[in-house]
Formats: sequence, C-alpha cells, structure tokens
Amino acid sequence: MQLELTEEERAFRDELRDFFTTKVPQDIRDTVAAGGELTRDQLVESMQTLNAAGYAVPRWPVEWGGQDWTEVQFHIWHAEMERAWVPTPLAFNAGMIGPVIAQFGTEEQKKEFLPKTANLDIWWSQGFSEPDAGSDLAGLRTTAVKDGDDWVVNGQKTWTTLGQYGDWIFMLVRTDPEAKKQAGISMLLIDMEAEGLEVRPIQLIDGGHEVNEVWFEDVRVPGANLVGELNGGWSIAKFLLGNERVGVAPPGIVKRVIARVKGLAEERYADDPLMRSRIAGLENELLALELTAVRVAANSAEGKPDPASSVLKLKGSELQQAVSELVLDLAGPAGLASGASEASELSEWERLAGPQYLNLRKASIYGGSNEVQRQIIARNILGL
Amino acid sequence: MDFLYDDEQDALRDAVKGLVGKAYSDYENRRRVVEKDPGFDEELWARMADMGLLGLPFAEEDGGVGAGPVEIGIVCQELGRVIAPEPFLTSVVLAGGLVSACGTAEQRQEILGALSGGESVLAFAHDEPGRGWTPSAQQVTASQDGDVWTLTGVKEPVPFGARADVLVVSARLPDGGTGLFVLDGAEAERTGYPTYDGTRAARVSFDGTAATPLGEPGADLSNSISTVQDISRVMAANQALGAMQFLLPTTCEYLRSRKQFGVPLSTFQALTFRAADMYVSLQLTRSMVDWATMVVARGEPEPVADAARRVSLQVSRAGRHVGQEAIQLHGGIAMTMEYSVGMYTAHLTALDHLLGDGGHHLRELADAVTTYDALDPLG
Repeated sequence: MQLELTEEERAFRDELRDFFTTKVPQDIRDTVAAGGELTRDQLVESMQTLNAAGYAVPRWPVEWGGQDWTEVQFHIWHAEMERAWVPTPLAFNAGMIGPVIAQFGTEEQKKEFLPKTANLDIWWSQGFSEPDAGSDLAGLRTTAVKDGDDWVVNGQKTWTTLGQYGDWIFMLVRTDPEAKKQAGISMLLIDMEAEGLEVRPIQLIDGGHEVNEVWFEDVRVPGANLVGELNGGWSIAKFLLGNERVGVAPPGIVKRVIARVKGLAEERYADDPLMRSRIAGLENELLALELTAVRVAANSAEGKPDPASSVLKLKGSELQQAVSELVLDLAGPAGLASGASEASELSEWERLAGPQYLNLRKASIYGGSNEVQRQIIARNILGL
Repeated sequence: MDFLYDDEQDALRDAVKGLVGKAYSDYENRRRVVEKDPGFDEELWARMADMGLLGLPFAEEDGGVGAGPVEIGIVCQELGRVIAPEPFLTSVVLAGGLVSACGTAEQRQEILGALSGGESVLAFAHDEPGRGWTPSAQQVTASQDGDVWTLTGVKEPVPFGARADVLVVSARLPDGGTGLFVLDGAEAERTGYPTYDGTRAARVSFDGTAATPLGEPGADLSNSISTVQDISRVMAANQALGAMQFLLPTTCEYLRSRKQFGVPLSTFQALTFRAADMYVSLQLTRSMVDWATMVVARGEPEPVADAARRVSLQVSRAGRHVGQEAIQLHGGIAMTMEYSVGMYTAHLTALDHLLGDGGHHLRELADAVTTYDALDPLG
C-alpha cells in the first residue's frame, strides 16, 4: 500500500495536465465549469482534440486506439480531465458502443465503426429504454423481423439522450418473440437517416431538450448490422450497462462543482456553520467515493467491472444530487431567476442552480435506477 | 499508488488471525474474558508480546519491531474483527505512542521495552470530567519543586486505568501548556469499572502525587499529543473497520437463514436493500481507512491531522449506520448479551467516542472549509 505517485506517474500527470489545459479550447472548458450546455460542435471539437493525442478512448483495445496504461494512469487521465473541466469523451461512443463493438463485433464492423466512433465522426445514440421497459429492460417490445438479408424494425425507444445529434443508434430489439424475454433480444446498429425513423423531442422539468423518443416504422436495416450473436443481445447489454455504471456519476467532477461554488459564494456560507458543515460533510463523502473508485478500478479485470461498481453509481448519483441541492440552497432566492438573461444582476451559477437541481433528479433513475443497483448489490454481492 | 497489501503484510494478518482471531472465534470466550477483571486475557496478551505485536510501532533500539502504520492497522483490523478486549489501541498505540514520541532515550528503552515484552501495561490518563478529545489538559495540574514534580486532580475515564502498570498522565504546566508525566499505576488512587463494551476504565486521581516528566521537564507537548491522538484515531478506524467487516456478512447470513412468515428474511426487499446500503457504507469506509493509514505512513503531521478527522467522520457515520442496522435486521436476538452482534455495535460505539466522534471532527472540518479548493487525495 502506498499513496505516492512514482516519478513516471508524476511526469505522466504533468503531461496530461499541460495537454488538457492548453490544447482543449478555453471557452469549452469555461462552459463545462459553469455547468452550461455545450453545442454539438463543441463536443465534437473537444473529443477530436483528445482523439488526435490518443486521449479519447484509452480504455479500448490498443489496436483500436486504446492505451496500454496502468489503472493508476487511467485514474490520472480521468482526474486531470475533470480538473481542467474538459468534457468527458462522449459516453455513448467511448464508454458504451465502442467497447461493445471491440468485444463482440465482426472485423468489418470494427474497421467500419471504431475509428469513426473514437473520433466522433459518428455520433451514437442509445436505443435501450422503451415506454414499457425502463428498469425492466428485458421487457422491451421493439421488434426486428428478418426479410431477405435485412431486418425490418418496428417500435419505439425513449429517453434517447441527445438523440437530436445522433448519426447512428445502437439498439436492443426483440428478434425472437417466442423465447423467454432475455433470450429473444439482439443488438442492431441503425443509421438514423434511415427511412421510417423519426426523432421526437421530450421536454424535461428543467425546461431543456436533452432526451427524445425515437420511432421506427418499417425501418430496413442491413443484416450485417447485427452485433454479436442473434438473440445474444442481453449479455451484450449487461456488459455495456456494467461499464456505464462505472462512469455515470464521477465523484471527481462533483467535487469540482463544490470547489467552484465554494469560491463563488464564499460570502453566503462563510459565517453559516450549518452550511459549512454541509459542505464539509459532502466533501468527505466524495473523498471516500473517489478513493473507492480508484480501489475498484484496480480490481476490474478484462473489461469486466468489479460488482462494487454499483456502489459508484448509487452513491455517486446521491452525492451529485445532494451537491446540486446545496448549490441551489446557496443561491437562495436568486435561484428563481432561471429565465433571466446575461444582463441580469445575478450570477450565472445562481441562474443555473434551479434547472440543474431539477435536471439531476435523473441521476438516481438512469444508468440502472438506484433501486436496481441495490438489488444488484444484495443479490450478486451479498447473496441475498 | 496502490491499495494492495504485500506478502509480508498478508502473513502478518494470518498470524494475528491465527492467534487473536482463533482465541475469540467463539464469542463465548470473549464473554467469559470480559466478565472478570482486568477485562482482557493476560495470557493472550503475553502471547501477543511473544509474537512481537506489542512492540510493533516502536523503534528497534527501544525494544520494538519498527513496523509501519499499515502493519499496525492490520493488527487493529483483526482485533476489531473479533472485538478483542486486549488494550492494544489504548496501551500500545496511544500510550506507547506518546512515550515513543516524547520520551528520552532512557525512558523509551525502559518503558517501551517492558511494554513490548508484555511485562507492563500502559494507560494514557488524559480525559477529564466535562472535557475530552482535546490535546490539552486543564484540571490536572503539575507543580514543580526543584527537580520534583507532583500532580493534582482527577482523570476520568482512563481506559484500563486500574490495571495499568504505568500511567502516562497529561497535566497543565505551571507556565501554561500541557506536559506529560509517567508514574507507577499504584501511586495513584484508582477506581476501576466496566465499560458498556465489556472493557475497563477507571477514575484516577492525584493529590500531590510525585511523577516523572516525560521528555524534557516543563516542555509543552500539546503538538505531540495531538499527532499521537491523530495516529490513534486512524488506528481506531482500522479497528472499527474490522468490526464492521464482521457485522455485514453475519447479518446477511442471518437474513438467509432466519425464517418468518414461512420464508427466509432475505425474500423481503425492505431488508435486503438495507443490507445493500450497509455494503455501500462499508466499501466507502474501507477506502477511507486504507487511505488515512497510508497518509500516516507518509508521516507529515498536518496531512495526518486532516486524514484523521476525515476517516473519523466517515467511520463514525458508517459505524453507527452498520451497527444500528445490524441490530435492527437481526431483531430481538441482537439485543441479547449472549449473541455477538449487539456487543459489536457497543464496541463500535465506544470506539466512536474514544478519541472524538463524527460531529466533533465535522466541526473541525467545517471550520477549515474555506482554506482549500478541491480535495486531492493523492496529493
């Protein structure tokens, strides 16, 4: 057991710190720091900057752009991105479908998709949830029926985050309606330009347009776009969701949110013992979680997340929500001014605090609701 | 940076398990031992000395082994796992740590040599009625007459104070500040009693009682006391971690085996979700304990103080959560003395209040909250 970084690790950290703070455009990092919304172009620019240096998809296999790093190096990579407010590489590409194609895809699929996925030349959307299949994902009903070499897809997906930007969508579809529900599911890759596919916005309680419905009416999909085995989609989904849990509520970013608001709002809490102890208490829990993330990452072998990754999702989302609540409380009445323009006397963080608090209610629902995580811990880890 | 134990550390853990873990593998043994004075097993204590455990933290020239905080933490975890009543934490880590930090070469060799060899039990007489968890003394005062120092006042509660062969006593110095003094336990007036977790404490009073200054006579040792307390806090956290690591699997086993309404308790999600939350608490605590122990290994007093506050806060919260839930999920059986779980919770409660509970440490962290930006655990 030792805490120190080796000399090589320190040099690696300095190199990344320099890269993230000098190569990724300042306006993008400022927007992230303020909790603002990035445009599609900004997200693409940031990820392409990272990809050009080999920092977009380091967890992928080396032959597809990954890095042969130690777990400590992966931690440093993550921590330094967070520290510099660099937007995390698009999760749908870097964390979800990329590793899936690398693990389960054909050689043709790897060649066709992985370079474009790493470089965000293709923006991926996720087609998992349906109106009647949320936490019970295996209850999904969107069908794909074989017609010659093609699949014909009908049905509806929902909660498709940033689907308005999507070029392609990776889908779970029912390919065997007779089989037991998990056994009849397959994964398909679908071009979102395809005829019969329609994206419809959903407005959320923060007023924003972050998620969508995606409708499919006789959408034809080439047979070559099946990923992995026919009716083998459920194990791919579990692989993907396991990876998603690890990155969905990163304590490193949440602690930066606290640090930032501490600096911006010092006069609000400096003489308030209750507020100071809330801040100190949350910082301490975030520290414990960040240390746990380092410890758990070291146990994740062969791309299979440690089952304790459920702890990261569960506690991480709780703390993320608690911090958004703290920020809104610090804003006080100014938090009501969510619709005010730049000309307002009030600070940007105050104007954003209310929508962010409402928006982050999602964190304990998505990525496998926190109740699902408790079920995973109780069943898979504790044997209950 | 890594969170892994090396082979020698694993071997040490196995050895401690083989001795202390085995001695208390049957909870009845602990019950029997704590029923009568001195509240721990003298024979086991001697065997711990033979194994070198009692000299673990001390320099070889002082009769110790010169092991590091990770090793001491391992011993504490294994003692906690069986809630061993032996006073390793208060006698070796805390009182011995003070002698090691403040004593003259001669004092260290004499006192720590005897402690390491199992011939002498130490106690730190520090808390005073109405105040505690500070590095200073108020009510017990030291007076100087030539080379002779005397102590007057009351210390209470003093862990294992009635059994201690040597007392290390904190006292307010004539010119202010806090000094440390050593004397034979028998020189003080002592009233011992059991504590709610089965160990022992005592009222120890002095009335112009002669004592020897530890280290340089008249020096204010508050800073050293503070640092040794901080190290002891981290080791108490290791001990609490061991106890929690027993409680969770024991509770899960009970949920699997106990039947009500014709089915195992584990079929009720209202119960299994609470066990899942205990797991979360335990995982976070383990990370924090490992981290704080490594900070102690680095040795700089300021970071050690910060880590001690942070791990104490986490362990206090988690210890209450895991301890309370373990009792609730068991139901009535955990309220009884004959079943171990309730006593584990009692021990966690005692550890929580030995050197400062979560609220105490949170208050200090809250005071400092404007002095830094974001916490970086890896520095």
